Amino acid sequence: MLDFVQQLVSGIALGCVYGLIALGFVLVYKATEVVNFAQGDLMMLGGFFAFTFIGILGLNYWIGFAAAVAAMALFGMLAERLVVRPILGYPQFSIIMATIGLGYFLRSIAGMIWGTDDFKIETPFSQGVLRIGALVLAYDKLSVIAATIILCALLYLFFNKTTLGTAMRAASENMLAAYYMGIPVKRVVSIVWAISAAVATCAGVLLAPITFIHSNVGLVLGLKAFPAAVLGGFGSIPGAVVGGVLIGVIESMAGFYLPEGWKDVAAYIVLLAVLLLKPEGLFGLPMRKKV
Amino acid sequence: MSYFRAENISLHFGGLKAVDAVSFAVEKGEILSIIGPNGAGKSSIFNLISRIYTPTSGKIFFEDQDITDVPAYGIARLGIARTFQNIELFENATVLSNLLVGRHRHSATRLWQELLFLPSVRAHEKEHRRRVEQVIEFLDLEPHRDKLISGLPYGVRKVIELARALCSEPKLILLDEPSSGLNVEETDDMSFWIRDMKSELGITVVMVEHDMTLVNRVSDRVIALNYGRVLAMGSPAEVQGHPDVVAAYLGA
Amino acid sequence: MRFLFKTKYEDDIRLFPHSGYVWSYGTLLVLLAIAPYVLSSYLVSQLVFVCIYATVGVALLILTGFTGQASLGHAAFLAIGAYTAAYLQQFNVPFPVYFLAAGLLTGVIGAIVGFPALRLQGIYLVIATISFAFIVEEILARWESVTHGNEGMRVKAIQLLGTSVSRDSPGFYFLCLAVLILTIVGSLNLLRSPTGRAFVAIRDSETAARSMGINVALYKVKSFAISAAITGFAGVLFAHKLSFISPEMFTLQLSIEFIIVILIGGAFSLHGAVLGAIFIVMIDPFLTYLKDDMPGIIAGVAATLGAGSERASHIQDSIAAFASANGLKGAIYGVIIVLFVLFEPLGLYGRWLKIKLFFQLFPLYKRATFKRQKIYVKSERNR
Repeated sequence: MLDFVQQLVSGIALGCVYGLIALGFVLVYKATEVVNFAQGDLMMLGGFFAFTFIGILGLNYWIGFAAAVAAMALFGMLAERLVVRPILGYPQFSIIMATIGLGYFLRSIAGMIWGTDDFKIETPFSQGVLRIGALVLAYDKLSVIAATIILCALLYLFFNKTTLGTAMRAASENMLAAYYMGIPVKRVVSIVWAISAAVATCAGVLLAPITFIHSNVGLVLGLKAFPAAVLGGFGSIPGAVVGGVLIGVIESMAGFYLPEGWKDVAAYIVLLAVLLLKPEGLFGLPMRKKV
Repeated sequence: MSYFRAENISLHFGGLKAVDAVSFAVEKGEILSIIGPNGAGKSSIFNLISRIYTPTSGKIFFEDQDITDVPAYGIARLGIARTFQNIELFENATVLSNLLVGRHRHSATRLWQELLFLPSVRAHEKEHRRRVEQVIEFLDLEPHRDKLISGLPYGVRKVIELARALCSEPKLILLDEPSSGLNVEETDDMSFWIRDMKSELGITVVMVEHDMTLVNRVSDRVIALNYGRVLAMGSPAEVQGHPDVVAAYLGA
Repeated sequence: MRFLFKTKYEDDIRLFPHSGYVWSYGTLLVLLAIAPYVLSSYLVSQLVFVCIYATVGVALLILTGFTGQASLGHAAFLAIGAYTAAYLQQFNVPFPVYFLAAGLLTGVIGAIVGFPALRLQGIYLVIATISFAFIVEEILARWESVTHGNEGMRVKAIQLLGTSVSRDSPGFYFLCLAVLILTIVGSLNLLRSPTGRAFVAIRDSETAARSMGINVALYKVKSFAISAAITGFAGVLFAHKLSFISPEMFTLQLSIEFIIVILIGGAFSLHGAVLGAIFIVMIDPFLTYLKDDMPGIIAGVAATLGAGSERASHIQDSIAAFASANGLKGAIYGVIIVLFVLFEPLGLYGRWLKIKLFFQLFPLYKRATFKRQKIYVKSERNR
């Protein structure tokens, strides 16, 4: 029983990371209908920035964290300006390929600048555990869960209670109409990318104590975030996080209870099952064309 | 029994009744117009007949066969063609390619024959092309044969949409707002073509229309709909004089 | 300028619209036929890879370019073809038999994949194909009794008509070339017949396709099957060329390389698939060239321009270090993909068409002829 809870918490923690990356996807998708295949790599880059600020420059953890988030937000806007904005009206296939290209580029640059080894960051949560009776829960995992909850609450408030959030939802439906209504669509898109990159950075920094920072971590985790986003429903923000947590738990359980190898494919089997049975996911809306 | 018959067809989206127990019949060779305000369910009826939607209840008969369960691609095979209100042409292809797709119902070649492009396939291709040329001549589309759809004006595209439907040599054609977006000249041309379809090609026409002049000019009978229900059925004059129709749609 | 005056319907159906085509393709064919006897074996080897990649490119083109079903999982089909060949070869099954078997099996699996894909559009289909590819990769690694897992399998040379056709021989080169040519001709035939038109119709408007009598589900499955089968055939050739296969060779990276082939070549043309294949296969030699020769050349140029010899050798070293950096290949891929999407959406073939048009219309050529339409209004969710 204890093992089960351990695995569950571990699964939830990993799932929160998937959820945060999926959240980044869904944010960008909701605003611009672009699926950003480079989301995982933004997370990786965020982790590396944090490593530079905290590990190399020796700043305080929280300051370094904040600096990394700020730097990545700017970087996200830059990426959007250079890569995404020129191609916004093109068919989706081209945009997907462009983000894949961006991902390749980020991975390689990270490899060239920082090298391809694993890196660690010293965090206040790396050591230390919470003991509840016989249960031992590591702080690093709990911190991920806590941070995810906080981030989700903030984003929910942002999208539903502020004008900017509503503007973003408008832009995602029909950019031309939003533009005519006076919404500064280009600026809105930039801000969405900045937020998305910031969320990815949080995921990257929180993940660092659990899996180390490595230039390829973005590819593996980024691809795992797809099942999360699909499971939750591609247009739904709470769905992305819920989906992520579910995938994390399923993976954790599969790794523990099923034979070798199932852990890696479990997420994809779930993904295919969802796509076949209920493509809109848990919270998405079915789409139908009106002729 | 009539050529085409819809019996009590309904389309419900949850609580919304887009089409509510509509029944009507169409005789062979007649031109029937369906009129009514926006949202009355006119296009929904077309979508039900061409099986883009499935009726919640009711049955549809064509040539005395029950076609309610025939899938969408089977409807075309039976000889029912349609045009779309918001033109559904293939944007990146030439006019000729679009029209040739309209011939698909008559394609008789198998995949392996096509991969090898046997002489039989070549002969079929030439035959398809000959029939398409007949339609092009009928609708005066000669100057546009090799142009890409994406470069053509709206009026021409509407005619091509009609041409594509005609290429399948239908027995019954459903025209969804054939004159919307056309100017007076183009609407005149359209009314002549619709009449020619009946007299020269022997096609039965059912059309949804808002333009009353066109309706009066070509229709044999008219049905008026509102809120998914039939208000009146009869000759153009009768329906247009009907008090319910005047109140709901035409105005005094 | 050449004017095409058509007098028969036949003229629109023919593969070669006018005699100029016959001359240019004929010359190309002759050049390709003598290639193994005049070029170095390294270049011939690269040409073989070009043929294999181009074959998969055309297969992918049929599925993605013509039918509009995006697939990022074609490495899985290549793997199935390759492993079928390797497996059957162990039992001394003759080459023609296992060649056909591999293609057919992959085609059947493609059709099976096509069924669930019927319900998926756009991004969902892409994700589903990625998942399919991962699962296949994992199966290849775990099903040790058949595939020898991560140890991989050795593939012996082809045994045809009693003689051994080694992977470096002209015979193998001609085999790959023949497969490519047959694939291209088959695709061209497909395009000018009802099935090909049905594929394109499905890509552009499924609703309209349905109302024209096209059984969309059936044709999508056919498209998957054909695309997979051709890739399976290419897989057999791939296995023989590398003479050793293992699951790590068939990763997502490979699927993306195939997509790059058609993206860079031009997403809707057969010429594009070949050009894209040439491009991809040439990247590795290009990188080697960058590493080995480029630093020297640039240093030489710098020296000529007046920099001191110490400065020149410093430049040479730093360029060499840069070119040897580990992730350079990925970075180049990334930059090239982004640049092509941004500036050359029609790919290399598109660029060739523009150049041709420039010379044909000289001096009246206008750049806006090829300007791409951006669609801001039509949300793809409601395709």
